[in-house]
Amino acid sequence: MKKLSKSPWLLHYDASSCNGCDIEVLDCLTPKYDIERFGIINTGDPFQADILLITGGVNSQTEPVVKQLYRQMPNPKVVVAVGICACTGGVFKECYNIKGGIDTVIPVDVYVPGCAARPEAIIDGVVKALAILDEKRAAMKQNGG
Amino acid sequence: MTMIPFLIGIPAILALMFPMIRQQKFRAILVYIGAGIIMLTTMIFIVWWIRNGAQTMMLYTSTEVWDHLMIVGDIFLMCLIVYLSVKYRRILPILLSISQTVLMLYTEFTTELPESVHMTVDWLTMLMCIIIAFIGGFICIYTVGYMKGYHNHHKDVKDRQPFFFSMLFLFLAAMFGLVVSQNLVWMYFFWEITSVISFLMIGYTRTEEAINNSFRALWMNLLGGLGFAVAIAWMAKQNGTVQLWDVIQIGGAFPLFCLCLAGLTKSAQLPFSTWLIGAMVAPTPSSALLHSATMVKAGVYLLIRLSPALHGNLTGIVVSSIGGLTFIAASMMAIAQNDAKKVLAFSTISNLGLIVGCAGIGVEETVWAAIFLMMFHSVSKSMLFQSVGATENTLGSRDIEDMHGLIITVPKLAYIMGIGIAGMYLAPFGMLISKWVALKAFVDSGNFILVLFIAYGSATTMFYWTKWLAKLLSYHIPRQTVKDVTCKDEYTSMIFHVVVMLLLCLLLPFVAVWIVNPIVRELFGNSKDVLSMSVLATMAIMLVSIFIVPAAMFFISRASHRELVPIYMNGINAGDNRYFTNSLGEKEHLYLSNWYLRFEFGRRHLRIPSIIIASALLILGFCLVLGGVV
Amino acid sequence: MKVGFVLAYLILAPILGGLLDGVDRMVSARMQRRKGPSILQPFYDLGKLFSKELIAVNNVQLLLNLSYLVILMIAGSLLFAGADLLMTLFILSTADMFLIMAASSDSSPYANMGASREMIQMMAYEPLTLLVAVGFYLTTGSFHVEKIIQAPVSAVLWMPGLFVGFMFTAAIKFRKSPFDLSTSHHAHQEMVKGITTEMSGTTLAIMNIAEYYEMILLLGIFCLFFINSNPWSWLVAIVICAVVFFMEILWDNVSARLKWKTVLYGCWVVTLVAGGINILILMLIQ
Repeated sequence: MKKLSKSPWLLHYDASSCNGCDIEVLDCLTPKYDIERFGIINTGDPFQADILLITGGVNSQTEPVVKQLYRQMPNPKVVVAVGICACTGGVFKECYNIKGGIDTVIPVDVYVPGCAARPEAIIDGVVKALAILDEKRAAMKQNGG
Repeated sequence: MTMIPFLIGIPAILALMFPMIRQQKFRAILVYIGAGIIMLTTMIFIVWWIRNGAQTMMLYTSTEVWDHLMIVGDIFLMCLIVYLSVKYRRILPILLSISQTVLMLYTEFTTELPESVHMTVDWLTMLMCIIIAFIGGFICIYTVGYMKGYHNHHKDVKDRQPFFFSMLFLFLAAMFGLVVSQNLVWMYFFWEITSVISFLMIGYTRTEEAINNSFRALWMNLLGGLGFAVAIAWMAKQNGTVQLWDVIQIGGAFPLFCLCLAGLTKSAQLPFSTWLIGAMVAPTPSSALLHSATMVKAGVYLLIRLSPALHGNLTGIVVSSIGGLTFIAASMMAIAQNDAKKVLAFSTISNLGLIVGCAGIGVEETVWAAIFLMMFHSVSKSMLFQSVGATENTLGSRDIEDMHGLIITVPKLAYIMGIGIAGMYLAPFGMLISKWVALKAFVDSGNFILVLFIAYGSATTMFYWTKWLAKLLSYHIPRQTVKDVTCKDEYTSMIFHVVVMLLLCLLLPFVAVWIVNPIVRELFGNSKDVLSMSVLATMAIMLVSIFIVPAAMFFISRASHRELVPIYMNGINAGDNRYFTNSLGEKEHLYLSNWYLRFEFGRRHLRIPSIIIASALLILGFCLVLGGVV
Repeated sequence: MKVGFVLAYLILAPILGGLLDGVDRMVSARMQRRKGPSILQPFYDLGKLFSKELIAVNNVQLLLNLSYLVILMIAGSLLFAGADLLMTLFILSTADMFLIMAASSDSSPYANMGASREMIQMMAYEPLTLLVAVGFYLTTGSFHVEKIIQAPVSAVLWMPGLFVGFMFTAAIKFRKSPFDLSTSHHAHQEMVKGITTEMSGTTLAIMNIAEYYEMILLLGIFCLFFINSNPWSWLVAIVICAVVFFMEILWDNVSARLKWKTVLYGCWVVTLVAGGINILILMLIQ
């Protein structure tokens, strides 16, 4: 039950972010926040990731990419939308070239608001995601997965 | 002993018959029958010989008629070379050919030699006969299918198949003659035939490149022939004998050096290795025959014969250093090649270098390794040449890059090629064992340079084989479906090779005890078990596990359910795994290339320096030997 | 005795390897003034990987990875059974071959790049490993591990150059910076995950376990340098192994990744200078 929550590896994807949230995500890896103490690794590889961390709203260029990355991740998996753009589209919501938040393309489990989202908020979001991950794992097991 | 005339005679008669047969079907039948008879004769010969106690036999003491015929033959060969050289305006072959023939004739008519044995039969001869008859025979069978495909592909090349088959069989005849000869004059005769036939076979297509390369092969081999002739003349004048064993026993440094020169040219060692690479323009069966089973093995055979005399003297040092240098230089140059046949050519040169290096050290252990290397090399390399030839006919290219995913497009050929490659370098296949013994022997003989050469050389060898193997085994959706046009004849031959390869590896301990140890005992008078039985047995067990492990894992992994997803291409994978979306939003084809390190290991950088070093070694050695004599 | 060693290796190597990996991650974190994960983190990772859904890009990768693991186990067993060192090394490279095949079996750009780099790395470290075996043969008169460990004095006294060289090239095998060209324990890099890019879940877990076996195998060879007929030398060997491992971690943390050319030439030069001269001296005095 605790297997997943002790070793969540995440994949970080920038859908169309201004890089503000991205810097905050990378901030979490620095000695000050040190998310590796939870066993979290920022892996660049969807095949090995459990958590998909997306910043920025989705546009027509990044839509297929987000879908494909999501497909390439093995179950159980969770999606964390980081920053207000990723959650809803933010200030770009009404733009002609923005589709909206990540949830317009793939199911999102945790929304981390903020512009840019603070590292503490991101860590909090990820930790929330871990609980969902464990639930999903349990559900998978029940279904004989 | 009445078998030997058959061994040489049957292929020779067959060679005479081919020009008269114009129909493809009859020719194919004749090849099958001919190859069958040759193998059968060899089998009977071997069984008969072992039944009679497997003793070394001395044969044909008085052979005046044949001696005269051989003189005529020598003169005929000279005339042929002169005619062709004049036709294509080359001077060097004429000079070399005339000078050596004149030298031979002069020796023949001015020196009275006591009558002695002309041919001997012993274990080494037997091994060579098996290699020639079986590998050579199956290559002939392969040729039947290959040449059909070849002429479908190359419409511009004139169909001269009768000539080609004729040459193939004549070559086998000459090789049989060469390995059973004890008398140097006889050996020289067969030696020259092989040089001339290889020249004719390389020039088969008659393109300008082919003619250039064939003449290069000719003059280099004639240079070796000249060395041979000088050795004979010297032995006749100084020692009054022209027996090979007398060269080993009492010959002294000079004739030994000359014979080694002949061996080095034939086995394409640096600085003479360019002829073998040039020879790749010929149709693949001739490459398979010349570079795996026969031609180059003739040079190696001579050096192994001479190896007891090479231990601890200057000639031996020169030979082993050139061998070691060739091993590493050729294996480095092989990295930069993307033409499959070129890779095979370089790897042939490189492996022969190792064998020559072993022979040059001249102790039991190294010769043991050399013989093993020779056996495994013949089988694997012939198999590889054949599968590359078949792949070329099927894909229309022999570029290794085009073999990407061969396991999907033409699985049978990919498996054969894969086994051939594995046989060339992977633990615990045969070549690796030989390399291991060679390493141990080099350490024992205290040859520091050769130890370094083998350490670096096996690393580079590993690199070029691995990248080829990886290319073959890539799972990849083919761009277009390919029809396997490989004929049954070709598969017959290749599958035979695969079976022999696997059997050789599995029966390794027995091969060592029954075949290799007797040969070493004959050459050196005694033999010790180079690798203990337990090691050899472990190797055989390992071999089985190399096959069993993946097979078992195959069943284990098949049981698990899995979902197939596209490969990772940063999420811009367009449809299947072949395309991705580029920055302009267009579909772009994914192209994966091997590493060739052309700027580091290219021929351009390595060829000239290695040739200079090897030539310097050779000339230096020659001067020292000459200085010691005069 | 032999069977005991082999069994101990087969059972303990993944555990010990995992613990060492945990120590590695912790020490690395401390070197970067971070807290770092718990020492048991690698086991949590393995547990998670095994519990994931199995996805793959083709049907052969898992089988090739399993073969890699099993053949590595065979190589390690041979070493710990006291068999021939050269054979162990040869089989080790055969095992690596399976990893390369696994990576290149899927025609994926990153995995292929990793596989090519892995081949370069093999070419870089291969000469020195062979020379190490030769060095043991020259000092103790045998390639057999059981004879090597019964030598009256430690082999390292005769082969310090080879020891240094082996430490140098072992960084390739440990997949440590500056030689972690083909893949790395550190995430998010220019080659994504190199040869392990397409491996997920169980497949990756198998690869990790194989790496642990390999790590212990290499440390075993380090021990060979020190073990002699005196039982106390075993202790020394283990201490030295710890030191070597610490040095590799330190080196990993203070250096950046090199280009393949530098790695290849660097290793070859070190092999020639440290290994070659050592062998030459050994050959001359014997």
